[in-house]
Amino acid sequence: MGWIGDTVDSIKSIQVRQLLTQGVSLGMIVTSALIIWKALMCFTGSESPVVVVLSGSMEPGFKRGDILFLHMSNDPIRTGEIVVFNVDGREIPIVHRVIKVHERQETEEVEVLTKGDNNYGDDRLLYAQGQLWLQRHHIMGRAVGFLPYVGWVTIIMTEKPIIKVFSAFVDGPSLSLVTVDDEN
Amino acid sequence: MHSFGFRANAVLTFGITILAFICAMASVSDNFNSPRPSAEIQILNINWFQKQHGNDEEILSLKLAVSLDLNVDVGGWHEVNMPDRRLCKVWDVVPICLFSPIDVTAVMASLTMNITADLQSLFTWNTKQVFVFIAAEYETPKNALNQVSLWDAIIPAKEHAKFWVQTANKYRFVDQGNNLRGKHFNLTLHWHVMPKTGKMFANKLVIPGYRLPEEYR
Repeated sequence: MGWIGDTVDSIKSIQVRQLLTQGVSLGMIVTSALIIWKALMCFTGSESPVVVVLSGSMEPGFKRGDILFLHMSNDPIRTGEIVVFNVDGREIPIVHRVIKVHERQETEEVEVLTKGDNNYGDDRLLYAQGQLWLQRHHIMGRAVGFLPYVGWVTIIMTEKPIIKVFSAFVDGPSLSLVTVDDEN
Repeated sequence: MHSFGFRANAVLTFGITILAFICAMASVSDNFNSPRPSAEIQILNINWFQKQHGNDEEILSLKLAVSLDLNVDVGGWHEVNMPDRRLCKVWDVVPICLFSPIDVTAVMASLTMNITADLQSLFTWNTKQVFVFIAAEYETPKNALNQVSLWDAIIPAKEHAKFWVQTANKYRFVDQGNNLRGKHFNLTLHWHVMPKTGKMFANKLVIPGYRLPEEYR
């Protein structure tokens, strides 16, 4: 009977209120980060308003670890714009520059070819089999702003998940830095 | 309240806030720059202008696939006709099908251009590089607008922003159909300013009045 009494005592000594308060604070931080993220998605019209550059295909302009701010509007796509697009079958979006545009008369359909600044050839190798052009629905957004080096946090957290766990205990808001990455 | 953790947290948060503020200010300062760039493009010669069976764009992509070092000690390239009439190259057992059905024809042109430009006024202290490219713009019966990039370059610093270059087009001047004979087109010089931090902006200079020849040669 003694050990039941001891267990009950030790459970009673946990300050339930304090624990609950901490839990609610963490929940508040996470949900406010989510609210900011969704609001950004609404505001910029893009599915992922912030991307991290993962590869060197746009060097020396964008290096690995840089962050790009995206914006999507209904303006027509023109050459020179840096667009983020998804290829069927690839989960990671790609950030490259548009080099060719063919826009149909009458309708707003457009066919677009992209190329990374640091790549030798255009992106036809990266598109799905048999696909020669990108259409508007492939494109997720245009890059309008840029911040260097900040994306390394996300790269480190993705490649060494143990740091994610560690940082959750240390600093809740750093969890909200999970962004979509890009490659090639 | 005065533990190491709290102090480190406070310093880090403050530091990051100040850094973010400075980046925003740097970007805002770019708006005070009023650039006055100038450029001139002269087409020296139309080197060739041909109709080709099959699309050269795809052949170029295939050469890139080979040069990407696809771990090639054994085997070799074999050509294979797929059931849906695609022509594929097969390295070992992995088919790389880069060709659409080969009854596509394309018309393409090669030009030599003389490009003189002065883009020094685009550079501010917050500029990392300027990406400049030339696009040919024209209209066809099927397409309201076609833009084809012919040449591009990266200008890393202000000293290199005033340049004269004579070059053939880097990328194929190819149309989706056979509409290029006698076509009037504009050459547009676009520049894209990439900052050290902040907002990127782009603009262009349109130079109209170029024309491709009536006959293939």
